[in-house]
Amino acid sequence: MNTTINMPLAGVMALAALTGAAQAEIRLGASVSASGPAAFLGDPEGKTLEMMVELINEAGGINGEEIALTLYDDGGDPNKARTFATRLVEDDEVVAIIGGSTTGTTMSILDVAEDEGIPFISLAGAISIIDPVREYVFKTPHTDRMACEKIFADMQEQGISKIGMISGTDGFGASMQAQCKEVAGDHGIEILADETYGPQDADMTPQLTRIRDTEGVQAVLNPGFGQGPAIVTRNVAQLGFEIPLYQSHGVASNAFIELTGKEAAEGVRLPGTALLIGDLLSEDDPQYQVVTDYIAAYKAKYDQDPSTFAGYAHDAMALMTDAIARAGGEDPSAIRDALEQTSGFVGTTGTYTFTPEDHLGLDQSAFRMLEITDGGWKQVD
Amino acid sequence: MMAGRRKWLQLGVLAALIVLLPLFFPSGYYYRVGALIFVNALSVVGLVILIGYAGQISLGHAGFAGIGAYACALAPQHLGLHPGLAMLLGALISGVVALLIGRPILRLKGYYLAVATLGFGILMSMVLTNERALTGGPDGMSVEDLGLRAMLRELGWRLSGGEMWYGVSGIALLIGAWVALNLLDSPSGRAMRALHGSEIAASTVGIDIARQKLRAFVISAVYASIAGSLLALQNGFITPDVAGFMHSIEMVTMAVLGGVGSVFGGILGAAILTFLPQLLTVFAEYEQLVLGAVMILVMIFLPQGLLPSIGRRIGRKGE
Repeated sequence: MNTTINMPLAGVMALAALTGAAQAEIRLGASVSASGPAAFLGDPEGKTLEMMVELINEAGGINGEEIALTLYDDGGDPNKARTFATRLVEDDEVVAIIGGSTTGTTMSILDVAEDEGIPFISLAGAISIIDPVREYVFKTPHTDRMACEKIFADMQEQGISKIGMISGTDGFGASMQAQCKEVAGDHGIEILADETYGPQDADMTPQLTRIRDTEGVQAVLNPGFGQGPAIVTRNVAQLGFEIPLYQSHGVASNAFIELTGKEAAEGVRLPGTALLIGDLLSEDDPQYQVVTDYIAAYKAKYDQDPSTFAGYAHDAMALMTDAIARAGGEDPSAIRDALEQTSGFVGTTGTYTFTPEDHLGLDQSAFRMLEITDGGWKQVD
Repeated sequence: MMAGRRKWLQLGVLAALIVLLPLFFPSGYYYRVGALIFVNALSVVGLVILIGYAGQISLGHAGFAGIGAYACALAPQHLGLHPGLAMLLGALISGVVALLIGRPILRLKGYYLAVATLGFGILMSMVLTNERALTGGPDGMSVEDLGLRAMLRELGWRLSGGEMWYGVSGIALLIGAWVALNLLDSPSGRAMRALHGSEIAASTVGIDIARQKLRAFVISAVYASIAGSLLALQNGFITPDVAGFMHSIEMVTMAVLGGVGSVFGGILGAAILTFLPQLLTVFAEYEQLVLGAVMILVMIFLPQGLLPSIGRRIGRKGE
């Protein structure tokens, strides 16, 4: 059965290769989790990649060559992600890969990218993706550890040294909980209470009551995403906490304020990116242009605000196309070298400077400490 | 004698397909798809023994795949075991676990058995997700390289990762199919098929029903475990998805689609349901729709599964 399918397929492929050479296009590949449990990450990421390729091609492409994007939906399954990565490299013959919405899918793709020498920019958070540094693997989102450090630095400024943590047991919450506990000591923060909740839980009052009853707790930190943090925030308001509540960058979106309600969300602090406060940025902010352009384009096409995660995809595509333009060709290793030499590149998430030792290229300045006031965002640092 | 010759003929066709198909591969990516088909087929052959021969259902076999996969990830790291030996250790653990839980579970019938096995699968996936310190939680963990590719390279045989795993999984499937076909012709296999037909009738002719059910359960668990190990070693990275509920359902679906009473039907089912989604990526939004429609149509018009039903039609024409 396979033979009859593959014979004509081989012919078509040969034909495609011929016409492709004549047209001169740059083939990029992507695998994101547009469906499944991680769809809230992959869906806006996929939309962003498609939109950007359209915009770049309309503007004349890279060095006069159009981009052809092959986009697959791995559904958050690492096994599928690896198959698609193999397909992108072997069958679609792409010169670079973007994707891996989750840590699991990224770890599956990076093996293929390393093996075949194809530059790969990941959209996932874990520090293990770029530490140790792998030759062909880069990433755009800051690590969970950086979010913890940003929060703890702000706490220090506020004179807070003893906190209670309540974390989701999903991938994001669990990973950030572990990272925060590791770096808490460096900032003189003591974690007095450490509670968890399941991703489907509808009420966190018992855990929060335990935190409230713990002697000396000066603030609450809630690593997690989805509905959990919204419920925690509402419960905190209902219980009449008088200490500040810190959320993570996982809920940095307007949807979070809508889900929580204006009153309950008042005063919540979290580390976010410039993308979230696009309309509040001053015009001389280095990120002003790129952020407002991107938000306008995304809103025009999809009629909704881009999320922080969509911003990761934006930056990955922008970095990759910039590197391809500077490499001046389609040789994957030349693109990789150009990518590694990226310096001071302004994206929506922050300003990227890659070095052979640092394939993330962001520092703490990429995060802005935000506070929710009157149902909107305010930068407080 | 006839049955024996037929068995070798069938295995010969399978082996020829495995060897000859790469001649038509337009790119290296098809080796990866082929390797995935063989690995899935291996666990489905195990289910054919359990569901097709012995007539018992399991909705939790991904749990055993999880044991096999995580054995390959954990044993080399903590016990210093070679990944190949870790695969055998995983198979052993799966067999023992199946033996222990199979004894009480297999007293149940029909829906109750389905729910009990479902519970086991969910339990395994929860343990793998929540034991963060050991398994890395939902983010998964990496698996040590088998070292086979480097060894072959030293022998002067340069293979890409895809080509090697195509070969390894193909050989594993051939062995698995051979063992399953032998079992079918053995007294044990006949006993299993008898109890599938009627448990009461089987027990009146002196078949130890509990023992035969347990045997089928343990054997199929070992198949799933080895398939899980091969997947882990091939991917070099593993997450709790391998033990997930959806993976269990996928296995049963493959077996039922291809023809649950036949080893080669199971393999055909695995091939179709592994290759079809790759073919359907062009209509990404309709992929689930098409898969669902294919399933419903096969169940309505070919209730025995693809291979047995088609085989019967051809046979009837021949008469």
